[in-house]
Amino acid sequence: MSSIPVLLIVIVGTFFLLELAPGDAVDAYLVTIGGGDPALVQALRESYGLDQSALVRLWVYLTSLAHLDLGWSVQFGRPIRDLILERLPNTMWLMGAALALSFTLGSLLGIIAGARPGSVFDRFFSIGSLALYAVPSFWLGLVLIIIFAVQLRWLPTSGIETIASGKTGLARAIDITRHLVLPVSALGLIYLALFLRMMRAGMAETWRQDFVLAARAKGLARRRIVLRHVARNALLPLVTMLGLQAAAMLGGSVVIESVFAIPGFGRLAQEAVAGRDAPLLIGIIIVSAVLVLIINLLVDIAYALLDPRVGASEGRA
Amino acid sequence: MKTVSRLIRSPEGLAGLILLALPIAAAIFANVLFPADPLSIAGPALVPPFSDPAFPLGTDRLGRDVLAGLVHGARASLAVGLAAALVALAIGSLVGTVAGLAGGLADEVLMRVVEAFQIVPGLLLALAFVSVLGASLPVVVLAIALGAWTGPARLARAEVLSIRERDYVASARVIGMHPAEIAFREVLPNALPPVLALSSVIVAGAVLIEAALSFLGLGDPNTVTWGAMIAEGRNVLRSAPYLSIIPGIGLVITVLGVYFFAEGLNNALAVRGIRS
Repeated sequence: MSSIPVLLIVIVGTFFLLELAPGDAVDAYLVTIGGGDPALVQALRESYGLDQSALVRLWVYLTSLAHLDLGWSVQFGRPIRDLILERLPNTMWLMGAALALSFTLGSLLGIIAGARPGSVFDRFFSIGSLALYAVPSFWLGLVLIIIFAVQLRWLPTSGIETIASGKTGLARAIDITRHLVLPVSALGLIYLALFLRMMRAGMAETWRQDFVLAARAKGLARRRIVLRHVARNALLPLVTMLGLQAAAMLGGSVVIESVFAIPGFGRLAQEAVAGRDAPLLIGIIIVSAVLVLIINLLVDIAYALLDPRVGASEGRA
Repeated sequence: MKTVSRLIRSPEGLAGLILLALPIAAAIFANVLFPADPLSIAGPALVPPFSDPAFPLGTDRLGRDVLAGLVHGARASLAVGLAAALVALAIGSLVGTVAGLAGGLADEVLMRVVEAFQIVPGLLLALAFVSVLGASLPVVVLAIALGAWTGPARLARAEVLSIRERDYVASARVIGMHPAEIAFREVLPNALPPVLALSSVIVAGAVLIEAALSFLGLGDPNTVTWGAMIAEGRNVLRSAPYLSIIPGIGLVITVLGVYFFAEGLNNALAVRGIRS
């Protein structure tokens, strides 16, 4: 339950940060319509409650938030909750696929590298993953576009699906998958490197433990020792890392969505910044914080399932 | 000195130093090599790389020299990366030390604040921060530091919690040293080394976030940055892909150099730690 005060800090902090912004949504709106007379401005401010003091507005905001109401976006002329819910699935697909790719492939390659520490495989993967980890995801995305979309023409350059293609069912699913290959790779490859390195380091550590020595002394097959004893124990820190990286990955998808013009959550954040839409930006930050909390909750559950030593009574904070 | 020679002798450390030498030299000598404003028009537009000796790496859409931009961009990248890491380490170790020493309610509140910063994606926070305060170098530095100080804070707190139970801290308390003096003269200096070991990772992360921010158009518009160059090249991605590729290579070299350097340094320090 310690996540409730943390979330409250996020909400209040974000609220006051965006209070510092010069001008409000009405100012931004006036620019788009080319100015207006003071009476109209006053009426607009009153109708949005912007003439109240910051503390009053914070209280109003918190009470409406308790009713799962994130407020109104002046820029889009729509409720913020609807906007976010509309964009969220695209980001979830992107993040989920990238996470699945990086976790499975990263831990698999990490097992191969860590099965024989110091081998050629090991050296190759260690240096390769470090190099990959140094690549900015948005640049990797552009390079992938240049190679696979512009030069080879194998995959589409941008978007989440072909616009107005009229595709349904399986054809549409294939279309969306084709659009997601490049962004998922751009976002996932960096985390693949991270998981590979962690898995490898964890396995190198586990090899020295007594129970592995005992397993070897018993004469167990090497494959069995690698998979059952070493890899299984090295996998646990990876699960923890999954939760720790959730926030960074959500941030990474903001940039990737911009590169590939995917109408997701991150693009919405950028549009909120461009439109000086403070309530929308607050809503996005709060929802992303909630998402990260949920992912961490799932990670804790997964951890308890994977490690029998973690009981429900002594769950990690 | 032994650490330095060990650093040079380890393959990672040597690779890191060689890789880092390029952007560091570029940053230091940028004004000597290219005294003209890198944002000014230098020649014809879209000269491809390796075709005109006057512009070894070509020119962009507006006829700006790519090599000059690359060299000046190194300066912005390194300056912002180092400054943001410094600010993050300072805030983090200060908050961590206070939380660890004070304990009780202050510790509880400070750690909740740390958690709050951890669950908000650093890039979104930086995005909001820069959009509120306007894009300038100090704001960008602060925005990046805001997302990076939690790691050092947690580590510093953990260190302080173990150090404050040591005998020399107890003696300092017995001779009547002021708590603030104990904090800053006895505890903090001893809690710092492990926190400083984080600095290279933070510098690398800061360089990457700075690039992402300026790629999204939220960098200082009056400074050449690699991220902004990549974004600018994106407009002609089909006809002139080199414009986006070249500054990215600068980024990869810098970040990889920092990682290798850190790995080499860690190994060199670990060897010393065992021997001493």
